[in-house]
Amino acid sequence: MNDNFQFSGQQKMSALLSKDFSLLGVLTRMGLPFGFGDASVEEVCRKGGVDTKAFLLICSIYALDGYVPPRELMQEVDVRDIVKYLHRSHRWYLDEFLEELADALKEMTAPCSEKYHLIIRKFLNDYREELAKHFAYEEETVFPYVDQVLAGKEGKDFTILQYEKNHSNIQEKLEDLKSLVLKYMPDICESRAIYRALTYIYALEYDLARHTVIEDDILIPLVSRLEHHE
Amino acid sequence: MSKQVLLVVPSAIVARGLEQVLSGTGEFEVACILGHLSGNSPAQLKDMVFDVIIIDPSIFEYASRSNGKSVTASFSDAPVVAMECTPLDDNIRKQYDGVLSLTDPPAGIIEKLREAIASRSETQKNEGEELSAREKEILVCVAQGLLNKEIADRLCLSIHTVITHRKNITRKTGIKTVAGLTVYALMNGLMEM
Repeated sequence: MNDNFQFSGQQKMSALLSKDFSLLGVLTRMGLPFGFGDASVEEVCRKGGVDTKAFLLICSIYALDGYVPPRELMQEVDVRDIVKYLHRSHRWYLDEFLEELADALKEMTAPCSEKYHLIIRKFLNDYREELAKHFAYEEETVFPYVDQVLAGKEGKDFTILQYEKNHSNIQEKLEDLKSLVLKYMPDICESRAIYRALTYIYALEYDLARHTVIEDDILIPLVSRLEHHE
Repeated sequence: MSKQVLLVVPSAIVARGLEQVLSGTGEFEVACILGHLSGNSPAQLKDMVFDVIIIDPSIFEYASRSNGKSVTASFSDAPVVAMECTPLDDNIRKQYDGVLSLTDPPAGIIEKLREAIASRSETQKNEGEELSAREKEILVCVAQGLLNKEIADRLCLSIHTVITHRKNITRKTGIKTVAGLTVYALMNGLMEM
């Protein structure tokens, strides 16, 4: 672990991204394009209409283990940018990542009997539904609530604390899928295809874990502070 | 798979320190950290499988401290190692499968945990990683969506026995959820779709 490492707006975007593979996903979901050449993080963010502080905060969570954001950063960052990022991530998981994972699993089970195909597809569909339900709660209840708090119009029947309490684990099924693919695929499956499926599963597992950290350690404290008018 | 560790340590510094020492090797993984063992934490832990448990005995009332290890027995049969943050009585030390000291070097901690696990697995009969016939039977019931109580009734077992079997199934297969176990049962021809 590199504890002294910190990202800054002045460093080159290419240098920041080279720190960790998962940052490529953050860049994409922030709506920032590649082809930035030698531009700094700040320049790329400004050009793409993204708040630099929110970008640095999210990148730090993804790339630095056990990162604790400095208090000033937490005060300066706009909760709307965090919500926007979470929203885009939700869409990305469901519309893009799970589709790619489904393709990889389909390719992997191609040499197997129809039965394997169906079993794995059903498992993934069930997991997709679980994720969609989890995200829908955030999209339909939590995020609108954040808007209400920002407008000073929140009702009395919901607080961010309830969200914190109900925040369920969305990783268990994915971990099981990992074990199943890693340990129990029949010999006729190609190693290359199993490897490809596993890279998607590992990447999704990592990304979801960091996504949860952003919700628990950034979104909830920010909203809680707004609730108390701090 | 790395050995799963449960930490029951009130001090965040000690917990993070242990986590750091253990995660560095890849041999151990801290699966869960608790600050205390309240009345309901065992329920939360019932579906988790641990290879070793590290407890700071100061979480127990002094009067009941000698019972510390029996608390963990209700949810896990893993060896229990004490984390000595405050000096412990000799008769309390004896209750544990090992005692870690704050001044132990990282390698010493790893050694003590290995010894605790080794001594425990000698006392347990050495079963293979294949599921037994009974475990397969229970696995199919789980995959069919039966609850522990229903499985116990169907197979004429106590609920406690069913839970123990389920833990062993999860330990052997590495699969926790009902959906995952169903896939396992189907793929291995234990049941039809």
